[in-house]
Amino acid sequence: MAQPIELILVRHLASRLTIPTLLTDVEGTLVFYNEAAEPLLGRRFDEAGEMAFDEWTSAYAVRDESGQLVRSEQIPLVRALRSRRPIHVRIEIIGLDGTPRMLEVSAFPLVGQGDQRLGAVTFFWESQAEEG
Amino acid sequence: MRIRLWGTRGSVASPGPDTVRYGGNTACVEVRTASVLIVLDAGTGIRRLGAQLSDYSGRIDLMLTHLHLDHLQGLGFFEPCFRPDVELHIWGPASTTADLGERLARYLSPPLFPVRLRNLGGRVVLHDVPREPFEVGDVVVHGQPIIHPGPTVGYRITDGSGSLAYLPDHEPALGAPTYPMPPAWTSGHELAAGADVLLHDAQYTTDEYATRVGWGHSSIDQTWEFARQAEVGQLVTFHHDPSHDDDQLDSLVAQLQERDGLEVTGGTEGLEIAL
Repeated sequence: MAQPIELILVRHLASRLTIPTLLTDVEGTLVFYNEAAEPLLGRRFDEAGEMAFDEWTSAYAVRDESGQLVRSEQIPLVRALRSRRPIHVRIEIIGLDGTPRMLEVSAFPLVGQGDQRLGAVTFFWESQAEEG
Repeated sequence: MRIRLWGTRGSVASPGPDTVRYGGNTACVEVRTASVLIVLDAGTGIRRLGAQLSDYSGRIDLMLTHLHLDHLQGLGFFEPCFRPDVELHIWGPASTTADLGERLARYLSPPLFPVRLRNLGGRVVLHDVPREPFEVGDVVVHGQPIIHPGPTVGYRITDGSGSLAYLPDHEPALGAPTYPMPPAWTSGHELAAGADVLLHDAQYTTDEYATRVGWGHSSIDQTWEFARQAEVGQLVTFHHDPSHDDDQLDSLVAQLQERDGLEVTGGTEGLEIAL
């Protein structure tokens, strides 16, 4: 199925960023992650391909700062998609390689012309220790 | 469906002895079916089309791909605009900053133009192009956003005889890590896929494109790849660079015609295609 032009442009941008970036469509399907995100997720995108919502949310274990498992509907990217609001949190992700990584996550929704929901984008940063 | 090119030049009108065959007028294409008259873009070519419509009354659908001046400059010189027996429906890409009327009025108002849009004299109805296909008479029109600076759409027009895809200003290679990308990730592919005729931006040579990335246009090689991937019946080159004279354009078109797998026609002013 043809992707909206906005998702195509974000994918092209993400493919050139060194910031780990995930892109989902409006259904929550993980349609792309860039090369920088591959070590965090434990698999190359070319190998993993697009993943339906249930597939990728069950493939990656996500924990909050207190170590509690985050339910799929509370994953930052999903919250951003559904609430149409940006989210910034610290989480721990256990990728497909089984390695846990503490990350800071910024997720924001993509809204196009005519208030059309298109998907969401997530940027990851290696988590910095809190100052003070 | 009958298609006639009234203006094929890109960026700025370029009349002169070196551009006689491909033409100097900017983008305008007439599409006629059994029941509708659609005009694609209102570049300077629309003036001569208007002169041919002196006996025409009824509805005309003018479909603008975007509002850059080379696609709009002829509108104030389109004679049917001034006639009360013509109902002019103008379609254009949606924008979050201003509605279509406000954006058109930036040109069609003093000091850039002496007559305001609302004072043209004819009946004008404005429409944002919806994302979903819509019907006009006996044709189905699909307008989709495509890669070009500012809100821009391409069109696909389909009737019982076939389909025309019109993407005059388009840079599908912009930012793509490889080109062409898979079809689902290629701007404009859905509009062009399997079309009988594709009118597509072919503004630059490959060398020229290298210094004009992000300007919103394609090289002839990118255009050929786009058309081949879309498996169109015929590629018609369009939006010729104003610096390219007839001989250069003949040469560029000939380069594409030598390749296998695609019928290529140089988009010349006055070219007529029947589906």
